[in-house]
Amino acid sequence: MSEGIGARVKRKEDKRFLTGKGKYTDDVRMENQAYAAFVRSHHAHAKLTGLDTSVAERMPGVIAVLDGQEMTADGIGSIICGWAITSKDGSPMNMGTWRPLADDKVRYVGDAVAVVIAESPGEARAAAEKVEATFELLPAVAATDETLNPGAPQVHENAPGNLIYDWELGDAGATDTALAGSAHVTEIELTNNRVSPNPMEPRSAVATYDEAEDHYTLYTTSQNPHVARLVLSAFYQVAPEHKLRVIAPDVGGGFGAKIYIYPEEITCLWASMKTKRSVKWTSDRNEAFMTDAHGRDHVTTAKMGFDASGKITGFKVDTIANLGAYMSLFSSAVPTYLYATLLSGQYNMPNIHCNVRAAYTNTAPVDAYRGAGRPEASYLIERIMEKAARELGMDPADLRRKNFIQSFPHETPVIMTYDAGDFDGNMDKAQAAADVAGFPARKAEAASRGKLRGLGYSCYIEACGLAPSKAVGSLGAGVGLWESAEVRMNPVGTIEILTGSHSHGQGHETTFAQIVADRFGVPLDSVKIVHGDTDQVQFGMGTYGSRSGAVGMSAIAKAMDKVEAKIKKIAAHQLEASEDDIVIEGGEVKVAGTDKKMLWHEVGLAAYTAHNLPEGMEPGLKEGAFYDPVNFTFPSGTYIAEVEIDPETGTVEICQFTAADDFGTIINPMIVEGQVHGGVAQGIGQALLEEVVYDKQGHLMTGSYMDYTMPRADDLPFYTIEHNTTVCPNNPLGIKGCGEAGAIGSPPAIINAITDAIGTEDISMPATPQRVWAALRKGASDMAAE
Amino acid sequence: MHQTTYHKASSAEDAAAKLGSAEDGMILAGGQTLLPTMKQRLAAPSDLVDLSGAGLSGISVDGNTLTIGAMTTHAEVASSADVQRVIPSLACLAAGIGDPAVRNRGTIGGSVANNDPAADYPAAMLGLGATIVTNSREIVAEDFFTGMFSTDLEEGEVITSVKVTAPERSAYAKFPNPASRYAMAGVFVAKSAGGVRVAVTGAGDDGVFRHEGLETALASDFSAGAVDAVPVSADSMLHDIHGDGAYRAQLVKVMAKRAVEAA
Repeated sequence: MSEGIGARVKRKEDKRFLTGKGKYTDDVRMENQAYAAFVRSHHAHAKLTGLDTSVAERMPGVIAVLDGQEMTADGIGSIICGWAITSKDGSPMNMGTWRPLADDKVRYVGDAVAVVIAESPGEARAAAEKVEATFELLPAVAATDETLNPGAPQVHENAPGNLIYDWELGDAGATDTALAGSAHVTEIELTNNRVSPNPMEPRSAVATYDEAEDHYTLYTTSQNPHVARLVLSAFYQVAPEHKLRVIAPDVGGGFGAKIYIYPEEITCLWASMKTKRSVKWTSDRNEAFMTDAHGRDHVTTAKMGFDASGKITGFKVDTIANLGAYMSLFSSAVPTYLYATLLSGQYNMPNIHCNVRAAYTNTAPVDAYRGAGRPEASYLIERIMEKAARELGMDPADLRRKNFIQSFPHETPVIMTYDAGDFDGNMDKAQAAADVAGFPARKAEAASRGKLRGLGYSCYIEACGLAPSKAVGSLGAGVGLWESAEVRMNPVGTIEILTGSHSHGQGHETTFAQIVADRFGVPLDSVKIVHGDTDQVQFGMGTYGSRSGAVGMSAIAKAMDKVEAKIKKIAAHQLEASEDDIVIEGGEVKVAGTDKKMLWHEVGLAAYTAHNLPEGMEPGLKEGAFYDPVNFTFPSGTYIAEVEIDPETGTVEICQFTAADDFGTIINPMIVEGQVHGGVAQGIGQALLEEVVYDKQGHLMTGSYMDYTMPRADDLPFYTIEHNTTVCPNNPLGIKGCGEAGAIGSPPAIINAITDAIGTEDISMPATPQRVWAALRKGASDMAAE
Repeated sequence: MHQTTYHKASSAEDAAAKLGSAEDGMILAGGQTLLPTMKQRLAAPSDLVDLSGAGLSGISVDGNTLTIGAMTTHAEVASSADVQRVIPSLACLAAGIGDPAVRNRGTIGGSVANNDPAADYPAAMLGLGATIVTNSREIVAEDFFTGMFSTDLEEGEVITSVKVTAPERSAYAKFPNPASRYAMAGVFVAKSAGGVRVAVTGAGDDGVFRHEGLETALASDFSAGAVDAVPVSADSMLHDIHGDGAYRAQLVKVMAKRAVEAA
């Protein structure tokens, strides 16, 4: 079937994207539209002592200047974190207050204190520069490894010592005992660097208040418009849900950063009510660096024990997670249930204990970013495995194979139950494709050119398909993580799929249509995917955590089951056959073994004319379903990186990058490969190039592309991609998910290749030329001293 | 962007006059630095005087000397058969500035006047011992570049061209900043009958400079090996999140070696 499951169909949405005809939030033009510009703090930590708006209010084009005190007086709620984590002593997490417009204190560079609404963007910005905010400066803390120190400046009054929670998972006593009895213990200390998501389209919002209807409409750059509406309604008291429509039209990349509801969207809605104007705000790139939720930012020490044969005995992990100045929507879950639960990796580990302290600092909020917790786990496990192999004098692939989980289901000591996988198969495919056997010759050849060549492995596993609602509810989640879908077959036989998933680059309009084409044998062009509008789609939890395939498409499959059953009933009735004998094939509904059939559109017409339906059947052909997964899904894979280093400059060139992934059933291999390309590019970015840097006082040093290194095409290699499929047994299509894998699996492969090449583990991400050169120099001087 | 008043000058003299009558005017050459800076609201000139119609573009050759009009773009320098024949290292340098958009709009006069401490052209001008020609005088490169973002240009003075004479051998090697792709260390070496000049951009804490130690060593032995023995001090090198002084000093040596090898 050329357009069904497994077909390399070109993306339906690309025509409008590639011809500049996409419709993004900033393309929305409302009548009577005004523009917002925010007045932001340049200080990382200060008390707001005064706000003089008198000059700004008289500037040309200015409609209003609104501040935090006014917003607070109007009853707009504070921004919340939606996942409650309980500390190991039983106490709830310490969540500080986050006002959309600060009315008392500012806690990071970029914190907004006021907004100007004006007739044009330029007038709004000019007036915002004339708002005189006066501050009493307070000492600030920015560094992850300093904020929990005694005497560090306090970010929030109700989080003593800046501690948000002190949480643990696993058995501390058993792990300590196992490590004490181990033949060898490998220790590691590492930092998972803070990165900025940088979607190509910056965040944007257009809010309109309709006074006659007392109704709000918000166009915004959201990965989950229904969740946005829920939160805006239930917690921020903007408007009840039936008086608030949220539309996320074409969205140009999210990577996690567009899951959350930010101060700007809330402020635009409120300001549209205050000014009776449509209010638009579009972030510029500097604002994006300052205020989009960042990712990662962990400092970790860990120990892994091995018995004399090289089998893992225990793994003990101690992590500090920097959550920034405020707790963003999912921030608390990222370094806990999306991190510690994956610390078993692909390995049999009898004992694991992980302690996580989450901390406030005077920096931008940190939340989920492509991978969210799982890249941090994968980086830690795969760095320490590589280090252990070197210490034990074993081949790093052999050490991994010795410890691979072989049978499924497999219950780890950290909650998860892996349902399927073939880790040796992943490794086999990757090693063959990367020609590992030929590496020594390539290394020798590189040496003859004065270059250092290294090879690094990463065997990642992740949990996606977020998530079984009951399970996450018991762990503190404030929402259920099911998905919903509606399948509408029209009287002419065309099909509309309404989905709660949201596409912001994933190609849902193509892959979701492919499963319909596959099921009914109808042309791809006769299927339309509707998403991103709370007035059109019944409900949905949106797209993140590689969930739209495993959860979103499962909901569609479930709704298709119901439509199929009704089609069969109608056809059986009209063709005077038994329902069990009806088959749907190639867009026709037939009685098996006969020439009796209905054309596809005849069934649609029959359902809507209702002239001849079975007794008691309702007219129409439209069915909905909510799908709640029974387990997470577990994509896995082996990545192999081969790098060459110029010892004179420290420059790292990636010569080969091989990915062998197990994503379960693949709907569209071309789109899946695109996801791997993009994910690996982001992982390489984190490993070699990207880092958000704050100075000691909390000033952002990487506020533009002049200082923040985004990967460019010439920084990246060509990829070799292999698939090793084991089907997920827990959802109807057997899908595991592929959106985050590349970003999760690639950083340790790159860094392990570098440490292999330079002979020292003493290197941090991003492994910039300066850092690699310094590590080589330190290695040389250490050797000279010995 | 703040409000500004746009003027189009018909000649260098006209530009100087228009600049003189503006409250806080600036010359607009290719605009590849100035316009982004204005968009960021970090520069707010009252008036912009555009040189694109001032007849300052074009390359002429007289024996071993090239005269390059101030408004000649990097792409024109890179693709000029005359430049490629007379001073190939200069064409090569121009081909490596910024990205295609920058090379097709950015100009040699704009780059030299801005004297960005990480720009490529200042290294070539200093390395080649160029003469900067303005509407009122000629200035040798040593006197022209007076420190980071600073030149000998006076108020209202407009660069009209630069004159460069071919050395026997020359080359430019740069190590780009990973983020901005400006030079973190760019070294232009030129060997002439009069000696060797080594000009360094991107690395120094006060803009482009000549490295005496490297010049002396290369004057007696113009080889990459001769660079190894020369101490390059980390003092007075730039220090930022991409590289400290020691790293930049290392890059200066490595780029000097690679330039000598390529020359």
